[in-house]
Amino acid sequence: MSRETLVSLVIVLALLAIPLWATAAGETFYITLATRMAILALAAVGLNIALGLGGLVSFGHAAFFGIGGYAAGILASHAFNMEPLPFGLPGTNAMPVIWAVAIMASGIVALAIGAISLRTAGVYFIMITLAFAQMIFYFAISWPAYGGEDGLSIFVRNRFPGLNTLNGLTFFFISFGLLLAGLALFAALRDSRFGAALQAARQNERRLATVGIAPYRIRLAAFVVSAMVTGVAGALFADLNRFVSPSMLSWHMSGELIVLIILGGVGRLAGPVAGAMLYVAFEYFLGGITERWQFFLGLVLLAVVLFARGGVVGLLAGKARHG
Amino acid sequence: MQTALLIEQILNGLQFGVMLFLMAAGLTLIFGVMGLINLAHGSLYMVGAFACAAVAAATGSFWLGLVASLAAAAAAGALIEVTVIRRLYERDHLDQVLATFALILVFSEATRWMFGSIPLYLNIPPLLSGTVPLPGGSAYPLYRVAIIGVGIAVAIGLHLLITRTRLGMRIRAGESDREMIGALGVDIRTLYTVVFALGAALAGLAGAMVGALQSVQVGMGEPVLILAFVVIVIGGIGSIHGALVGALLVGLIDTLGRFLLPAALAAFMGPSAAAGIGASLASILIYVFMALVLAIRPRGLFATAG
Repeated sequence: MSRETLVSLVIVLALLAIPLWATAAGETFYITLATRMAILALAAVGLNIALGLGGLVSFGHAAFFGIGGYAAGILASHAFNMEPLPFGLPGTNAMPVIWAVAIMASGIVALAIGAISLRTAGVYFIMITLAFAQMIFYFAISWPAYGGEDGLSIFVRNRFPGLNTLNGLTFFFISFGLLLAGLALFAALRDSRFGAALQAARQNERRLATVGIAPYRIRLAAFVVSAMVTGVAGALFADLNRFVSPSMLSWHMSGELIVLIILGGVGRLAGPVAGAMLYVAFEYFLGGITERWQFFLGLVLLAVVLFARGGVVGLLAGKARHG
Repeated sequence: MQTALLIEQILNGLQFGVMLFLMAAGLTLIFGVMGLINLAHGSLYMVGAFACAAVAAATGSFWLGLVASLAAAAAAGALIEVTVIRRLYERDHLDQVLATFALILVFSEATRWMFGSIPLYLNIPPLLSGTVPLPGGSAYPLYRVAIIGVGIAVAIGLHLLITRTRLGMRIRAGESDREMIGALGVDIRTLYTVVFALGAALAGLAGAMVGALQSVQVGMGEPVLILAFVVIVIGGIGSIHGALVGALLVGLIDTLGRFLLPAALAAFMGPSAAAGIGASLASILIYVFMALVLAIRPRGLFATAG
């Protein structure tokens, strides 16, 4: 077992240990905290496919996070009010259906955004993904049908066949299970021929083109898959909070997702998990001490960027192998 | 009447565009010379607005406030350049994004700490509080005309600075080959600090001028920052001319879209539906425009070489 595998395993097990300990100790609030960590980690695992493997600094992944959230919110509200959707389709409160819709919706939007944004690179790509996410954000604010600026409440948490999702621990295990699936997808992609091409596109685009692989389509596929994973996380996040609002689509959210990855380690398997655990813990504990916790978060981030590159996983497992 | 309203909206669009230009000019200059993407540019805009509001409230003079906004934003810009930004020039864009994102958090919370969460208000100076008559019988606020005038003056000033002065020559040299101008004995570190402070001062000026039209509050810089990104993406990153054209286009398209789209849609549907859908479509119009520009010219309208 390589050192990185060991570190990844420890990080994932640590996340699993939080709710188990919380249940034993009767501190149910920490279960919610751990669920939040798992869901944000899943969103960041999605972004890590584009950002870590493909080197595509998307500053607009909140768009897919929010689209997943709105998929959950809209379907649930139609099911709750017994109103059919357009084309006479019924709403639903079954999580698997909602996830499928979230994946499709974020994938389709990512295909459109990616097809335009990936014609450019570098700083253009950053700004354009940001701008497109902002476009969706303003659209959600000004479109009155689903709450507009006020957001949309999900009155009862959506259901999963055979499980009681109202139980906090059960919902944690659903989120954790999806996180594991996301991590498995990330690892499989990274080690596949596709992943090799994607990483080659990051390292040396011209050389990849020379061996006969067009980087554009590889990147577009990675961008879409990345958005789909983040979209599922968005649907879970909506169910966790029982609420979706345009703030899930805001550029601040996009920034947070990047922060999670950097804190944990860019392109590393367990990087987003470590980053999300650290971030949520930081938010909770420092937020408990001072209202101004974002000020200190900013200082910590500056210190990480300037002095501690590689994040948590880089610190524990050493530098990434150049595969 | 309709014509007068249209002229008024065109002037509003110009005023908005000019204000975006002040932001975009700094951003594009900093990117062109130092290769840095600066998310904290919106914070400098906010610093300018707060400095102007605070000094104007203390002294009763908007003009002193305006001077203070330039000074405070330039000083804040120089300070972060020396302490943080300087370490980022050699880093990749991801590190730059993250570090300047962190700076936003620090600036926003520090400002909230100092001034509280309640918005401040800044009055239009008495000298500019009148109106200008428009053809068709209506009147337009003199202050907004003044903003357009300042924007045009800054555009001309920047053009002269870059094409006619020694500093401008160094800026252009820095854009094309930074190692060479270092080798020729130009103190490149100081040059970078000066360019950054110049961009910051322009952002602070924009913040102060807009502060008198809207409320001065934490987070006011971020929507403007993102629009400024759209502007420089449309114009071509690194190009001041592109920033000017992009800013005016975005300002006009956004303002006129909000004005004309609901009216145009009302021809097809009921007035309330037209107002709702028109407002939604108008809010995304500039992004659609950006996508169109990029589909045709991926590096913007005035793409610089390299």
